[in-house]
Amino acid sequence: MTAALGLQSVPNANCDPDVDGAANYTQDGVSYRSAAIQAQGKAVQRAISDPTEVLKMSSPSNEQNVTQPAGIVERLVRDDVDRKRFLKMAGAAGTTSFGAFVLAACGSSSSSSSTATTAAVSTSAATMSAASNSTDIGILNYALTLEYLETAFYEKVVASGFFSGSVGSLIASFGAQEKTHVEALKGAVEKMGGTPATNPEGKFPIQSASQVGLLAYTVENLGASAYLGQAGNIQSPEVLATALSIHSVEARHASTLGTVVKKSVTPDGAFAKPADMSTVLAAIKPFLP
Amino acid sequence: MFTKRLSEIVDSGMANPELANIEVSGMTRSSFILRGTLAAGALYGAAAVTPFVSHAVAANGGGDVEILNFALTLEYLESDFYNVKGQSIGLSGPAKSYATLFGEHEQDHVKALTETIKQLGGTPVPKPTFAFPGSSQSAFLSLASVLENTGVGAYNGAAPSLQSKKVLAAAGSIVQIEARHAAAINLLINESPTPNEGFDVPYTKTQVLAKADPFIKS
Repeated sequence: MTAALGLQSVPNANCDPDVDGAANYTQDGVSYRSAAIQAQGKAVQRAISDPTEVLKMSSPSNEQNVTQPAGIVERLVRDDVDRKRFLKMAGAAGTTSFGAFVLAACGSSSSSSSTATTAAVSTSAATMSAASNSTDIGILNYALTLEYLETAFYEKVVASGFFSGSVGSLIASFGAQEKTHVEALKGAVEKMGGTPATNPEGKFPIQSASQVGLLAYTVENLGASAYLGQAGNIQSPEVLATALSIHSVEARHASTLGTVVKKSVTPDGAFAKPADMSTVLAAIKPFLP
Repeated sequence: MFTKRLSEIVDSGMANPELANIEVSGMTRSSFILRGTLAAGALYGAAAVTPFVSHAVAANGGGDVEILNFALTLEYLESDFYNVKGQSIGLSGPAKSYATLFGEHEQDHVKALTETIKQLGGTPVPKPTFAFPGSSQSAFLSLASVLENTGVGAYNGAAPSLQSKKVLAAAGSIVQIEARHAAAINLLINESPTPNEGFDVPYTKTQVLAKADPFIKS
């Protein structure tokens, strides 16, 4: 993983000559747009970690599902062992075992463990459907966790007062939109019979306009790549449609912030790169309490 | 793995036919087409198609290929708009920079979709001829906003009915770029970069055609 995607590096990013003087845009509703073009030639290197890394961590074993409490995503990102187990199970043996695992992981009810076991071993249509449902619940809760973090981040950015004028308005509107994503995802989880993930109460470095702007750009690019990375895993067309409608809004945020911090609006070029769960969880780890 | 191949292509700076090295695993081609046709018909309805789409259906049997050919037509349109119309106007400043960069992206999308359709055993639709109104930079940017935002809605509307997860991944990879273009163009013309607020609205094929048809001459 490159430093550009490793959010750990971002707090030092205000030392980057590329963003020196970026605070100038904070009072300027017009000039930042033209300045953004200057960054077009500088492709930002954002290599997503090799997907085979996940496969290496996987094994063909049929590890038994274990009951996990709600909030598993937060625990996963803090605990390397948990994360590896999660990825090992998520990557192994396809949809059914993955679905069964996330059903257990989501802790949707006291009976989820036995339901999961049943789903994992049965081939009946009904339990396959349950497994698909639980796969989507797991992905929705993963997305919900990311949206909680984005919402908390924007609240802190707005409170910082670093941004005013049109940029400040845009940032405030993006924060409000992340909040609507939280509500929509919570509703979707509940509609599918799951228990929404809890708010991880993220913490973020808020040091300067240039540092915060670059962090926002990085966070939004990560969010867009995270949604893209899950599109193929989603089972329900309705859930997929919801995820897609959020995905392109994250992309709009990222592009807008690219103009603000004088970075490329399309850092991946013509084809956006997906980010798998392990990459995203590693990237958000520094922002969890 | 498709995503790996895609990232390799992006890393190498090439949008080449390898993008579309797609196979439909676990299904015969005939059952794949049948499922795809049923899904697409359920989403769009037969009445929505215009002549050029009807030709595509007749040639390719529908399903993912039909959707990809529809997307290809939109990408031809966007590519022509940036690379031909944009050149003819004499753009300057950010508009010129964006038109050049985005025109390259749309051309890459054309290549990728063309090769994907071939990999699925379909026949890519021929490039239509286009005509765009206006001769000023501001008119160009306004139309760019319409086309890019339509592209976002078109992909978001069609993607859930795609049968192949690999094709879905490719469509998702492209729609994210269309959304980035749309936001950047909107900022240039003092429009909101998020005109749909928190949730982009998926378009039906009918809605997309209503936006695109006026510019398609043949």
